[in-house]
Amino acid sequence: MGRKILLENSDIPNIKSFDVFRAHGGYFSVEKALKTMAPDEIIEEVKKSGLRGRGGAGFPTGLKWTFLDRKSNKPRYLVCNGDESEPGTFKDRYLMEKLPHLLIEGMICSSFALGVNTAYIYIRGEFKYLLGILNQAINEAYKNGFLGKNILGTNFSLDMYVHPGAGAYICGEETALLESLEGKRGNPRIKPPFPAVVGLYDCPTVVNNVETLANVGYIVNFGGDAYASIGLGKSTGTKLISACGNINNPGVYEIELGMSVEDFIYKEEFCGGIKDKLELKAVVPGGSSVPIVPKELILFTASGEKRLMTYESLAEGGFESGTMLGSGGFIVYDENACIVRNTWNFSRFYHHESCGQCSPCREGTGWMEKILWRIEHGHGNMKDIDLLVSIADKIEGNTICPLGDAAAWPVASAIRHFREDFIFHVQYPEIVKNIKHGALYKYENQD
Amino acid sequence: MSGQKINHILHQKLNIPICFSETTLQKVHKIIAHYPEGKQKSALIPLLHIAQEELGGYLSVDVMDYIADLLKIQPIEVYEVATFYSQYYLDKVGKYVIEVCRTGPCAICGGEDIQDYLEEKLHIKDGETTADGLFTLKTVECLGACGYAPVMQINTEFYEHLTPAKIDIILEDLRLNATNDKHSDKTWAEKYS
Ligand SMILES: Cc1cc2nc3c(=O)[nH]c(=O)nc-3n(C[C@H](O)[C@H](O)[C@H](O)COP(=O)(O)O)c2cc1C
Ligand code: SF4
Ligand code: FES
Repeated sequence: MGRKILLENSDIPNIKSFDVFRAHGGYFSVEKALKTMAPDEIIEEVKKSGLRGRGGAGFPTGLKWTFLDRKSNKPRYLVCNGDESEPGTFKDRYLMEKLPHLLIEGMICSSFALGVNTAYIYIRGEFKYLLGILNQAINEAYKNGFLGKNILGTNFSLDMYVHPGAGAYICGEETALLESLEGKRGNPRIKPPFPAVVGLYDCPTVVNNVETLANVGYIVNFGGDAYASIGLGKSTGTKLISACGNINNPGVYEIELGMSVEDFIYKEEFCGGIKDKLELKAVVPGGSSVPIVPKELILFTASGEKRLMTYESLAEGGFESGTMLGSGGFIVYDENACIVRNTWNFSRFYHHESCGQCSPCREGTGWMEKILWRIEHGHGNMKDIDLLVSIADKIEGNTICPLGDAAAWPVASAIRHFREDFIFHVQYPEIVKNIKHGALYKYENQD
Repeated sequence: MSGQKINHILHQKLNIPICFSETTLQKVHKIIAHYPEGKQKSALIPLLHIAQEELGGYLSVDVMDYIADLLKIQPIEVYEVATFYSQYYLDKVGKYVIEVCRTGPCAICGGEDIQDYLEEKLHIKDGETTADGLFTLKTVECLGACGYAPVMQINTEFYEHLTPAKIDIILEDLRLNATNDKHSDKTWAEKYS
């Protein structure tokens, strides 16, 4: 346990530069792929590796690649999703900032496998500082013959560009991202058709997360089986977890999938326990969109087993008692955190970020925000709590893109697991009103 | 005084058309070439960043029309995009736009207190600009830096682990900088070299 794939070399001074990266084995996979492997062999290795999309949905990457329409004679595109806007998630920026060449290396191998000659890295506009870092790394790769025409003397050519967004969470959704890349508003498209068939400029396109693509170099170098031997069961490999909230050591950690959640929260080399020696109250383990679960259910499943950091274990119990690994945005709440305020905060976020195309999402997120504001500020009534559940229920599954679900789940799960907090807010409006920001109270003491 | 600034003042005083400098135009054409023939509209978002930075600090209708012209697209296509994304300003803003993250992970680590402190210190509310035109305060959603909470961005530069004392120093620094007209970070166009 505890092997690293991505961040192994991240502490080497100046690993950002081509020469240092290359001196530590960088770009070896490109040589191996282009000179000794057929594109289909690479896809086969990625399938064998069991690598799953690290952007949030966890869809098997090799399988996704086989959906790419290779029959049409249109150009094919690879688009790297570096939008990273899911609250709690800040791992891709870390990877791009520390190891830009690792991403480029993975993207070259992936492009070769997919028969792509133009690849884009889409980064959120707020990451302007990464634009310079990535462009410099891309320039170095061109200069050293790893990008451009006839890479390493083969007949494979690839151009790579960085494209910034301009502030819109929804552009992380892959079809909204493609719209944005085409110079339009980030309105998600109706699927099907999927990007693999009709994507960027109506051409077959693969969209993958930064972390997903950064893993491909390792898989080419060591093979799919080697990758699959890391991790646990169907959760193969490692995962970057960005830990934040009320913990002693917030930051980005590369963990081997399969360690226990308890170890991740309390061990010194990871989160280092709850700040100020407080008690753990709740965790949102995979970015703001996934269900929030209380301490008992994040450390153990409903059936009493130790909860593990894997896709399967975190999801065990479904929405009744489980949650999801999602993007790996691990948000920890201590006993003083106000779940109602946090839920109101998240619903405001989703309302703000809804693109407005579908009424259930546009209107529903607005109503949830309003009602949650009311409860949090001491103007709520008991019926509001069930009203929220019913709104969340009506949004879920009734929208063009999953932002609707993403907005509904945090509300539904907060009420499922912390109903008494909501009731307290309704019953004691005077207390609630007088607490500044609601963040510093413990309702048992004030009852 | 910088060339851009003169350009802008000339534009306002003499009503001459808005345009990028020669050096910027070269970069702009390089950016347009990142996209296939006929797909030059893809360059819209990066171009609007550059335009906002170099042509007056916000996207006036004139600036947007200029970009439409440059990309050979309809003005409405530019307006649509400019109004959708939160990083574009459609009105005059201060020299420094302070964007404070208000989303959950920052909020539970004191982000709301940081916003209060800034409002108090600058005597402005969310969305307003100080009388001297130096600072605009704006709350934004998650900046993708939650582990370094509370976080803010000033003209796309990140400031992390904020405390009131730290904010005092940052603002003082910017005030001094403002008279030097020095930017601490490279411009959007420069990031493309
Ligand atoms: C509202 C919304 C926001 C998303 N934001 C991101 C994001 O910031 N980064 C990302 O990689 N994927 C994001 N996704 C998932 C993408 O749509 C897509 O599934 C992913 O980029 C595919 O890459 P992967 O298979 O490598 O994970 C988002 C999805 C939705 C519905
Ligand atoms: S679910 Fe929301 S964000 Fe997604 S397309 Fe519909 S309105 Fe837009
Ligand atoms: S919540 Fe503030 S940076 Fe993510």
